[in-house]
Amino acid sequence: MTQTAHAEHKLSFFRRYIWSQDHKVIGIQYLITSFLVALVAGLIAMLIRLNMAWPAHTWPVLGNLFPNGMPGGVMRPEFYASLFTMHGTLMVFFFLSIALIAGFGNFVIPLQIGARDMAFPFLNALSFWTVVPGVIVMFASFFLPYGAAGAGWVSYPPLSAVKEAIPGSMMGQTYWIIGMVFFIASFTMGGINFVTTVMNCRTKGMTLMRMPLTTWAIFVAVLLGIFAFPSLVAGVIMLMFDRHFGTSFFLPAGLYIGEKLLPNQGGVPLLWQHLFWFLGHPEVYILMLPAMGFTSDIFATFARKPIFGYKAMVGAIIAIAVLSFMVWGHHMFVSGMSPYLGAFFFVNTIIIAIPSAIKTFNWLTTLWRARIHLATPMLFALGILSIFVTGGLSGIFLGNSPLDIHLHDTYFVIAHFHFIMAGAALFGVFAGTAYWFPKMFGRMMNETLGKIHFWITFIAYYCVFFPMHYLGMHGMMRRLYDPTRYAYLKPLQPINVFITISAFVLGAAQLIFMVNFFWSMFKGKKADANPWKSNTLEWVAASPPPHDNWGPEPSPVVYRYPYDYSVSGAPKDYLPQNIPDSEIQNTSAY
Amino acid sequence: MEKKRSFEAFALGATFLLIVILGTVFFFKPWLPELASDRGEIDKLFYVTLWITGIVFIIVQGLIGYFIWRYSKEKSEKALHYSHDTRLEVTWTVLTAVFLFALAGWGMKIWNGTMLQPPPPNAVAVEAIGQQFAWTFRYPSPNGMFARIDPKLISYQNPAGLDPKDENSKGNVLSKNDLYIPVNVPVLVRIRAMDVLHSFFLPNFRVKQDAVPGMTVSTWFTPTKVGDYEIACAQLCGLGHYTMGGMLHVMKMEDYQKKIESMRKIKVGIDMKFVGLKGNSP
Repeated sequence: MTQTAHAEHKLSFFRRYIWSQDHKVIGIQYLITSFLVALVAGLIAMLIRLNMAWPAHTWPVLGNLFPNGMPGGVMRPEFYASLFTMHGTLMVFFFLSIALIAGFGNFVIPLQIGARDMAFPFLNALSFWTVVPGVIVMFASFFLPYGAAGAGWVSYPPLSAVKEAIPGSMMGQTYWIIGMVFFIASFTMGGINFVTTVMNCRTKGMTLMRMPLTTWAIFVAVLLGIFAFPSLVAGVIMLMFDRHFGTSFFLPAGLYIGEKLLPNQGGVPLLWQHLFWFLGHPEVYILMLPAMGFTSDIFATFARKPIFGYKAMVGAIIAIAVLSFMVWGHHMFVSGMSPYLGAFFFVNTIIIAIPSAIKTFNWLTTLWRARIHLATPMLFALGILSIFVTGGLSGIFLGNSPLDIHLHDTYFVIAHFHFIMAGAALFGVFAGTAYWFPKMFGRMMNETLGKIHFWITFIAYYCVFFPMHYLGMHGMMRRLYDPTRYAYLKPLQPINVFITISAFVLGAAQLIFMVNFFWSMFKGKKADANPWKSNTLEWVAASPPPHDNWGPEPSPVVYRYPYDYSVSGAPKDYLPQNIPDSEIQNTSAY
Repeated sequence: MEKKRSFEAFALGATFLLIVILGTVFFFKPWLPELASDRGEIDKLFYVTLWITGIVFIIVQGLIGYFIWRYSKEKSEKALHYSHDTRLEVTWTVLTAVFLFALAGWGMKIWNGTMLQPPPPNAVAVEAIGQQFAWTFRYPSPNGMFARIDPKLISYQNPAGLDPKDENSKGNVLSKNDLYIPVNVPVLVRIRAMDVLHSFFLPNFRVKQDAVPGMTVSTWFTPTKVGDYEIACAQLCGLGHYTMGGMLHVMKMEDYQKKIESMRKIKVGIDMKFVGLKGNSP
């Protein structure tokens, strides 16, 4: 390839930072875009919690900020619906998916496999610039006359298909569909790029079973996306036709909405749920697998120990991926789907818990007799493990279909997925940022700020989401504008107030992260190539790596798997992948 | 060699201890709402699951905390090079599988009993129709029949769209947001929706079933305690979703029959049978 020559070019500002085809720049572009989305979606969460603690309370200041959504300072129920809809959509697709897969995937994968760039650099830039309009469309939908989509992030029809059903189903839902199409197009382009890169661009010696677990996890996650997203594309296009062109994919005969009978006939609302969750469940793993990969790499590095059971870890990732296509019906146990079918999904759901448990045990064993260094990335990785365990255990309740009868659509579900999926993934973003920041910017993040950020985030996270289990067990439904309307939920209100206050603390703590991120980018301590004394190839490159990663030298050659830490007989407690056996004793080589 | 633990190691260990204690307090309490139906097996499965997951929670979180505390001395011995152990890995995989399948087997038995079995022949039938944002309940004619419903006929006077040409429409009775059922008799609820998805949720009865337009989904259970219980909508159905509550009145059989008869007596056309339209029961 001509990429070595390519590196010699002096690039204009535009080619370097805006329309860049360098995977590292694109990765950082994705990451910062996702942080912007997270900021908006996080502020939305604050508004949601504000209303949960003090439903329909008057907040004159907010009335000025949101004249349509909170006229006179009182939140409208339809505004509340738009808030939780967009919180979910933005967080799941436009923050976590973008940050973990596109952001870290782009930055880390070519470096970890010893490539000079992604297989298709132009497609890579194109995929980033395809997701940006998606973000803009989603944000813009808030300024529509009837507000953003309000049918929940799952957008179940008929609510999402019939304009009269809820104000958010006016143009807001159409914008939602358009935004999703941009996102899926971008993800598919990125996904094809990732798969090709991992299959074709690995350096000499980098066999599949020598790939770091981060690369494995993202590789499998994008495969999931490539196979699962088409089902949602089909769904949103049908939804678009139902909304604007008079079809009846999801609309049965006899719908009586807004005092009139709709002309539709022959549709099935449950079809959407199948199409949505056929994507929706793999999507959960699309977010979780990268976080799992980061955890493995960070544990090995900061425990100075090989990750326990590397082959089992790879096997578990693949098993989770395959099974994740056969469990979507567990979101639909009480949806009206045949309970016989429910039994099938119930069994598969129980089976998928096994590879997840294997991963947990392997991480735990990795910590046993380790030499743990509690730097910020490690703290967040430990947080992932703790949060993943908590969320995994509540999944054993929800996966058991008779228990799901009572717990479905309650706050127990909210607690569950904010631990297992959102929490593990969010902590994954923090762990990954702290870990790869020196490689991205050639500077270290501030450890003190990082630790303060971890402590507040970790404790506040438990304070916010752990009590939600109790709310759910007691039968508090999700998506309620005002739970105090139900007599049996009224006594739970103090818990909602506690959760809200904790949520504000959690939200405020993220400012520390933002300050640390942008301050360290320019003022942080200079980082050397391998500040964590890690084994994987990205730490062989300079910090930050040059345009083509390895400079004029040939790409590194790989001689070993990535987790040779504390090998007996070696002079140091780590052994990078590019060190041949003959060089082990040569301490100046690494 | 000096061995020193950092403050963080202590703090982190303490935090995990705190999580464990909180978790313990959490799982010793009876958390489910008072049970008023025959679905007590669900509660038993719930509490057994809570015990098992609770113990695993304490052990695993405790171990994370302990390992951090124990193995983060600043100048401790070299880490152990311990990369795999097939016997150990097989053991914990099998153990996990055994526990999970035991819970699943029991769960499957309950699922079979509650969801896959037809209602007993003596069951009392009632229909729950969800609409934005209220529940309409329909009781069959004395012969046990529900009249045909045609959405074209829906009007203010005929909110369920009963077909007057159907003989049974005269005997059908409607009530709004208040549902009356007899105690200790199986109740079959036929769940439907007029406009969007709803979910018929009875927190005290461990009953939840989505109401889907275009489908009639049935579920049955036996109430075991006389009393008034709340009915909730558990599926987002629009901006008034949070107002879509109702009351379930479980009555002695005689009272129940009297109630239905009294509702049936007010009969001047279909409209007047729609009792409680303005919020007052007859």
